[in-house]
Amino acid sequence: MKPPPFKYHDPRTVAETVELLARNENAKILAGGQSLMPMLNMRYVQPDHVIDINRVEGLSYIREAGGRLEIGAMTRQREIEYADLVARRAPIVREAILNVGHRQTRNRGTLGGSLSHLDPAAELPLVSAALEATVHVQGPKGKRDIAMAEFPAGYMSPSIELDEMVIGVTLPVWPDGHGYGFVEFSRRHGDFAIVAAAVLLDVEAGGKIKRASVTVGGVGPSPVRCRDAEKALTGEKGAEAAFRAAAETCRTIDAMEDVYAPAWYRQHLATVMTRRAMVAAFGRAANAR
Amino acid sequence: MGMKFIGARVPRLEDPALLTGRGRYVDDLHFPGMLHAAMVRSPHPHARVTSIDARQALAVPGVHLVMTYADLPAPAQQARIPMLVPNPSIKHPLMPYALAKDEVCYAGDGVAILVADSRYLAEDAAALVDVAYEVLPSAGDCREALKPGAPPTHAGIASNLAAQFTLAYGDVDGAFARAAKVVAASLWHHRGGGHAMECRAVIANWDPLQKQMILWSATQSPFLIRRSLTELLGWDEDNLRVIATPDVGGGFGPKTIFHPEEVLVPLCAERLGKPVKWVEDRRENFVATTQERDQYWDIEMAVDAAGKILGVRGAMIHDTGAYMPWGIISPYISSMTTPGPYVVPTYRLETRVAMTNKVGTTPVRGAGRPQAVFAMERLLDKAADALGMERAEIRRRNFIQPAQMPYNVGIISRDGKPVIYDSGDYPGCQEKAEAISDYAGFRARQKEARARGRYLGIGIANYVEATGLGPFEGATVRIGPSGRIFLLTGASPQGQGHKTALAQICAEKFGVGLEDVTVQLADTGIIASGVGTFASRIAVNAGSSVHLAAQDVRKKVIKVASHLLEAAEEDIEIDGGKVFVRGVPGMTKTLGDIARSVAGMPGFALPGGMEPGLEATQYFSPAQAAYCNGTAVAEVEVDIETGRIDVLRYAMGHDSGNLINPMIVDGQVHGAVVHGIGNALYEWMVYDADANPVSTTFAEYLLPTAAEVPRIAVTHQETPSPLNPLGVKGAGEGGTIPAAACIVAAIEDALAPFGVKVEDTPITPVKLLQLIRKAQANAA
Amino acid sequence: MKDMRKVSVTVNGKSYAREVETRLLLSDFIRHELELTGTHVGCEHGVCGACTILLEGRTARSCLMLAVQVDGANITTVEGIAPSEKELHPLQQAFMDNHGLQCGYCTPGMLTTLIEFLQDNPDPTEHEVRVAISGNLCRCTGYQGIVDAALDAAKRLQGGKRA
Repeated sequence: MKPPPFKYHDPRTVAETVELLARNENAKILAGGQSLMPMLNMRYVQPDHVIDINRVEGLSYIREAGGRLEIGAMTRQREIEYADLVARRAPIVREAILNVGHRQTRNRGTLGGSLSHLDPAAELPLVSAALEATVHVQGPKGKRDIAMAEFPAGYMSPSIELDEMVIGVTLPVWPDGHGYGFVEFSRRHGDFAIVAAAVLLDVEAGGKIKRASVTVGGVGPSPVRCRDAEKALTGEKGAEAAFRAAAETCRTIDAMEDVYAPAWYRQHLATVMTRRAMVAAFGRAANAR
Repeated sequence: MGMKFIGARVPRLEDPALLTGRGRYVDDLHFPGMLHAAMVRSPHPHARVTSIDARQALAVPGVHLVMTYADLPAPAQQARIPMLVPNPSIKHPLMPYALAKDEVCYAGDGVAILVADSRYLAEDAAALVDVAYEVLPSAGDCREALKPGAPPTHAGIASNLAAQFTLAYGDVDGAFARAAKVVAASLWHHRGGGHAMECRAVIANWDPLQKQMILWSATQSPFLIRRSLTELLGWDEDNLRVIATPDVGGGFGPKTIFHPEEVLVPLCAERLGKPVKWVEDRRENFVATTQERDQYWDIEMAVDAAGKILGVRGAMIHDTGAYMPWGIISPYISSMTTPGPYVVPTYRLETRVAMTNKVGTTPVRGAGRPQAVFAMERLLDKAADALGMERAEIRRRNFIQPAQMPYNVGIISRDGKPVIYDSGDYPGCQEKAEAISDYAGFRARQKEARARGRYLGIGIANYVEATGLGPFEGATVRIGPSGRIFLLTGASPQGQGHKTALAQICAEKFGVGLEDVTVQLADTGIIASGVGTFASRIAVNAGSSVHLAAQDVRKKVIKVASHLLEAAEEDIEIDGGKVFVRGVPGMTKTLGDIARSVAGMPGFALPGGMEPGLEATQYFSPAQAAYCNGTAVAEVEVDIETGRIDVLRYAMGHDSGNLINPMIVDGQVHGAVVHGIGNALYEWMVYDADANPVSTTFAEYLLPTAAEVPRIAVTHQETPSPLNPLGVKGAGEGGTIPAAACIVAAIEDALAPFGVKVEDTPITPVKLLQLIRKAQANAA
Repeated sequence: MKDMRKVSVTVNGKSYAREVETRLLLSDFIRHELELTGTHVGCEHGVCGACTILLEGRTARSCLMLAVQVDGANITTVEGIAPSEKELHPLQQAFMDNHGLQCGYCTPGMLTTLIEFLQDNPDPTEHEVRVAISGNLCRCTGYQGIVDAALDAAKRLQGGKRA
């Protein structure tokens, strides 16, 4: 289990990286390496060029601008986990990240890497979808923004060109006092989820749900926004029966299947995980009490 | 007085080096000019090899050799790899050739070995070896494989039935005819592996000075490797040295087996005249290292109205995979283990061993016993439920009592001798396990949890295990002129702390510290004979040998000292590495003085007609196995919405006779229990219907991590074995054996409101949720 | 043509310079180029944690990095944990006293992981310790001795700070 031979590049700027991507066929970007490296070691991928972006400047930051959170593509998961700003403004991201792998992998793994790899059960694409993030990419023709809803083109394939790279993400921030819940089912701590759910609730005084975001991962080929569940929750008062009914709408999501988890099980877990995330989110909303 | 070591929680001699990165495992060894090997393996479960073209691979600069069957020396072309433990009931004694001749019989079967300057290059070039396969039908499921018309797992065999045997005693059908209740179960205990953290590894180096082939292998049995190699290649034993030291990173059974790479790597080294290293990678470990456990049981139990067992009968199918390097040991052990600690007046188990196109099966920690205990304990649970009896109570009613020891079970062992339990207090052990698990308090805990919508359950299971199996192990104890004590043995550890435990036995005899004893192990060059570390046999066999050899040396020290100090032997005392005459201060010699006095001087006779040197070698050969036993209690919680199972508490009453180092024994139990938790809940070696391996990474085949397992409470009962001078029994596997049985019992107990019955392991959340839904549907 | 690069790195306070193929894994570089074989390789796909090292004080799986990526970096391996040849680090001593190791193969990864963890969380609960080492597989100990060692080491290290 040793990587196949390749030509290694370590550019210092995004422009240089994009140029390398444009110039070289069969190239792979090496970010945190927590997904690409196992695939290289197992020779599941055999790129002719590996473009290591760990020395590219200006891609690691967490900042607030215009009421939104901006996170650089090469920001390590650990930095997001320990960032006060994230804990205050987008606490669901921190909650999700505690489920991402293990401390050793979070030290290396990056936000941009996770989004680009786009594993259907990965936590960071899931919360990005839940928050309606905007993904910033750059190519030879310049920068462009892609709404997270449009970002997955299919199973593990982001809708970016071969000569484009993810450079950062902007996360809209929910109002102070919003409720959030991130619940996942995995076989072991740190494993990829079989199914995970992210729920955000804006609850107005009196306990009525004003706005809801319900998203599941691990069911479809990429994170699925559960619009029916969101509709069912909006205007409700956070009773167990309302959550149960809203969560039940997730049973009809078109689900993937493999030898470890059949489609019916993923659909069933989608109802359980979303309900539990709704309960957690509502419990945390300032106006619920 | 010197320190009393036996029975003490002594820190391990092994630890300082291992904690500071100074351990030495096979892959840590470097030799000048060393080359690196990679295997070319079959991607197909069953295929004819029609051609192999290595020209392109050989053309890669830095590639030195590609060896196929055609390149093997004549003896290895004529003979297959020897079966280590043959048995007359085996119909097809099928073993692989060192490399596939013209047929591959499992995905992972070796087709060629390639040697290059680096492992990186070897892997590049191995991909260029062009092997043409004609894919043949394959057998995946062992039950299907035995049916008429099933695809033959090997070309030219009439059926996939590898062996068939029946163990029986008493009028079992008569017992069933007069039973108050009969309970039956169809059970499946699934295949799993050893999964030592260090994969297998071999280095072969021809030493021109000594004219000796030296083989380093991450093995449990250096002596078995030497035997197999000499048998297969006709090499002289004296020209072959096999070393499993300094360190081996875990074994758990599969590293006992002589695998093909252990002949291929020395052949490459011989051919090239250079040291060659092969290190198995994790993916190879999943497809090419032997596994165990797949067994299907159809079994029933007859009980009287008071819950006394009248008989057990049934049939079992064991999946041996494509080859059977350890013969039928695992299924035979299974069929001997069923009666366990209970009085079972009549018994019959018909066993069929089926071949499939999967990697061969050989013992893995527990070795056939977890399956048998699963069968027996599940039947007892069913019988208790049928009679409305508490599950611990039915066990109490059936225990063999301490006064019945030694107890003849009625079974004839595979060596032709009756199975006789040497000692044990089974009711006492269960009582201790119940006490530390607060078994009595569980129903209150369960009720309280259920009021809050939580489903808790408890399970209990017992086992008896034959340990310390012969034929023998040996030890040499020698005191050098410096006074230092050297202990040499063929025992070969993979983390069990043999150095420490054996030094404890030895040091105590001379009143010295452990640091005064140098222990050398696992090397065919240091002692004439040895067997290996498996079947929980080292404490009994090597431990007793050390005890006897040290005792011999001690006697000689006293004899020589008596001569030198002109005192009666009974007045000589040994302590702190010195020899004294009782009551005469100042009359003292060091062990070094004594050793030098019998080392001899040219031209002078040894004093008093002594034999030279302070050295003794003893080979302890036990008359039969020492039977250890234990009781496990598991408490679980089931999430009925997801099927998730959490083991909340786990307790073990454990009796492995006298304890040499309780700290080490506790560690053995903890590790073995977690292996059992893995088998019960997580470890699932997935094959598709055609026997293609699917779960070939640690992300797919799930070993339990620290976050999935509970703290394990262990209490020891020490019932000495009368069969060896230390009174010890084996302790390496007991934790694994009852784990699946008690965890599954606990799951059923938690789900009693639904009447869920669990008949196979591992029980995954998906499978459990299916069972819950089925039970709910049936109820509705 | 082999793609080669020069790598300069400081490991356990000592500087090394080597020219290596760019595809060389950091784990192999440390073990076979620098001959620091205390770092072990158990899976080479980033699950078992045996190859964990400290890169600029942060744990990383060395089988998931290329040697070229650490050019100019500071690394600590298991060989660099003890304060001297004769002394063990309190965490190592706690492993010895609590039987936190058997075959020793997972031990280097456990030690490096716990060194970082105990800096992040000097007074952890048992559950926190179990989660912290859940990315490190051990087949021998059932984890109990390791968990006990970590909790014991936390006490020892805090005691040291107070003194």
